[in-house]
Amino acid sequence: MDPLSQIKFLLRITRTHGIARRYFVVNGFDGALTMLGIIIGFVFSESANLTVIINACLGAAIALGVSGVSSAYVSEQAERKRALSKLEDAMMVDLHDSAHAAAARWVPVFIALVNGLSPLFFSLLIITPLWLSNAGVVVFISPLYMAIIIAVLLIFFLGVFLGRISNISWLRSGIQTLLIALVTILLIYLFVGV
Amino acid sequence: MAFLKRLVLDVLKPHQPNALEFSCKLAEVGNDYHIVLTVLEVDENTETIQLVIEGDDIDFEAVQSTITSMSGSLHSIDVVEVKSEPKTE
Repeated sequence: MDPLSQIKFLLRITRTHGIARRYFVVNGFDGALTMLGIIIGFVFSESANLTVIINACLGAAIALGVSGVSSAYVSEQAERKRALSKLEDAMMVDLHDSAHAAAARWVPVFIALVNGLSPLFFSLLIITPLWLSNAGVVVFISPLYMAIIIAVLLIFFLGVFLGRISNISWLRSGIQTLLIALVTILLIYLFVGV
Repeated sequence: MAFLKRLVLDVLKPHQPNALEFSCKLAEVGNDYHIVLTVLEVDENTETIQLVIEGDDIDFEAVQSTITSMSGSLHSIDVVEVKSEPKTE
């Protein structure tokens, strides 16, 4: 069995594919909103050097990634061990050579990677215009505004994705997450911009 | 030489992998295995199943190892059908 099929099999027998999907969206949303917040903060702070902004965003993105990996690994490992122990009690056998034991080892690793890489991925996408501008690539509008547009679009698409998996209107779900982004911008404006 | 032709096994397994996946994996152990899986009893975390495996030369060790790898536990061998055939060169 190839590694992808093996992961799918392990997620299926532990019924954790929903958890991985939820972590992807929740932490992706966290990453996008955090980047949006940092960049909006810099927009209101006038004279900020692009390298400083990139470093601040990158620092936050790495911290979100590491936090996502470590927190999900610790909690999921405990959950999987508990589930395995419960199953062993019900079966009255040692399952250390079984698919469920493999799942207890590998599912936490996979979920931790999803949880950590999701905010990192979304953050890196959002700060791409800043990198491009810093590298001398001409961006048609201010790289900060471009990054804000990308963040808002990603947040909207995460809402669309949520709408599609929950079989509700994708537009309504997208607008809901978009409103959250706009409320965040408004709050930052009220606290920092005024 | 004796060839194992038919086995009826009593197995306890978790709900996942489900009956379809469980029997398909067992069928993949041999080239001509015919599997009939019957769920006899369903509990909160487990289910008791009866497995009927038919083939020209069933590899019991491989069957047992596949059951274990899918978190199943072999409780008993209820029926065995063995046929002796002359060795073909």
